[in-house]
Amino acid sequence: MSPEFVFLAFILVLAIFLGFELISKVPATLHTPLMSGSNAISGIAIVGALISAGSDHNQLSVILGTAAVAFATINVVGGYLVTNRMLAMFKKKGDEKK
Amino acid sequence: MTEIINSAYIISALLFGWGLKLLSSPVTARRGNLLSALGMLLAIVVTLMNQNIVDYRFIAIGIIVGSIVGVLAARLVAMTAMPEMVALLNGFGGIASLLVGWAEYNSNQSPGSFTGVTIFLTVLIGGVTFSGSVIAWAKLKEIWIGNFGISKALVFKGQQVFNSLLLLAILVCGGLFLANVGDVYTVFLVIIGLAFVLGIMAVIPIGGADMPVVISLLNSYSGMAACAAGFVIQNNILIVAGSLVGASGIILTNIMCKAMNRSLANVLFSGFGSVITKASAGEQGEVKPLTVEDGYYLLEASSSVAFVPGYGLAVAQAQHAVRELSDLLEANGCEVRFAVHPVAGRMPGHMNVLLAEADVPYDQLVEMEDINPIMETVDVCVVVGANDVVNPAALDDETSPIYGMPIIEVERAKTVIVMKRSMATGFAGVQNPLFFKDNTRMLFGDAKASLQGLVSEFKHD
Repeated sequence: MSPEFVFLAFILVLAIFLGFELISKVPATLHTPLMSGSNAISGIAIVGALISAGSDHNQLSVILGTAAVAFATINVVGGYLVTNRMLAMFKKKGDEKK
Repeated sequence: MTEIINSAYIISALLFGWGLKLLSSPVTARRGNLLSALGMLLAIVVTLMNQNIVDYRFIAIGIIVGSIVGVLAARLVAMTAMPEMVALLNGFGGIASLLVGWAEYNSNQSPGSFTGVTIFLTVLIGGVTFSGSVIAWAKLKEIWIGNFGISKALVFKGQQVFNSLLLLAILVCGGLFLANVGDVYTVFLVIIGLAFVLGIMAVIPIGGADMPVVISLLNSYSGMAACAAGFVIQNNILIVAGSLVGASGIILTNIMCKAMNRSLANVLFSGFGSVITKASAGEQGEVKPLTVEDGYYLLEASSSVAFVPGYGLAVAQAQHAVRELSDLLEANGCEVRFAVHPVAGRMPGHMNVLLAEADVPYDQLVEMEDINPIMETVDVCVVVGANDVVNPAALDDETSPIYGMPIIEVERAKTVIVMKRSMATGFAGVQNPLFFKDNTRMLFGDAKASLQGLVSEFKHD
């Protein structure tokens, strides 16, 4: 195992720990927006997809990359917008003016 | 250039984490989502500066197509269809990771052993996430194939054997792939195919009301797939973001399982609800039906009312009607609460979103642990389309399949009104003793129509 992988594994462990800390504080009321919002975050695969779709050394890789970009974009754009739409509906008593 | 990109990724990771932190309160949640989106935008923009990217045409096509579909889907989806939407989005995340892994393998067909393992994991988890999510979507949509409703739990003879063979086949193919001998590309494609089959097999034995667990789990998988893809392309932002999502899904899965007093293994493998349990004999008595008019007199005279919504509320699209009734009750000087069980509906937080859509303020929503201790002070508990989550058999009947599941103890309220279409059993296929209690009244009919009936009684007054 190269030092690079050890470093990546180190990041992984810290991120998992952080994730558990942050998310256990989300109240039940917001569980659906949490899911759709975190879902949008998993669209981060787009970063890898962009590189495949934009490189020119292999045609099939470019096609696969382009499809990946499209799917990941749906994930990112759809996920954030729908989360925003839901969160906009959560109102406290009193601030019901539209 | 690489330094700039990597520093920007750190900021992205920070924004994701901060965004999730702000989700801990409805007041700041919207800002949190915006920060998270900003983090994503930053990650995308700096990635475009990567030197390996020489051609932007295909990227543009992918982004334009994806954006159009994404915007339309997010705008048009009905709030009641949110579980389906989330299921599909999970699936798209999974397939995107799978394609990244595939493209990477296609560009470099002799990866080192570590990269080989990560590619294998990426396509496996990504494939399972995708096909599993598609099945979950079909179940939530209640698609029928012939006269077979796919939303039911499907268990067949030899399922365990088939699944064991499937797992074995995946492990063998994985071994061949890593050993890198023979026609490895074909083996690789077979692995993708097997991953799809595994995803389908994993979700078909799970019935409708267990969907909150499945969706949470698939959510977690989509994160893990991204995380594995991050190891393939050695990119730390994928690993960080992927593991945040993975953790989030696991936590939700755990909460859902606890709320049903079942282990994850039991949810995944038992085909719960597929076996028709014998209608438990014994304490069944007389059901006391109630007319809308009598219901009105009961509600009009009460000073504390709690609504308990369930999946039936979503089916009947009754969220606006219930809110209208709640407004009238409040105008009548009554204290109104909405008691939400963690697994009510088809995904975590489903009821809360529906009620929020109908402008029910979130401070009126009460969680199970908070309503149960004060249940005695509630004059009337109105159960709208919920069944198993208010079934007292979970508390006292050890033979009941749902024994041990925490419930909203509505039977301790002074009066319970149950809105129900008929006397059919709930998802678990168990009879509900609540319907036969002395203080229970049944208001038969469509929940929305019943609620509207009550509303017009109030207005006529």
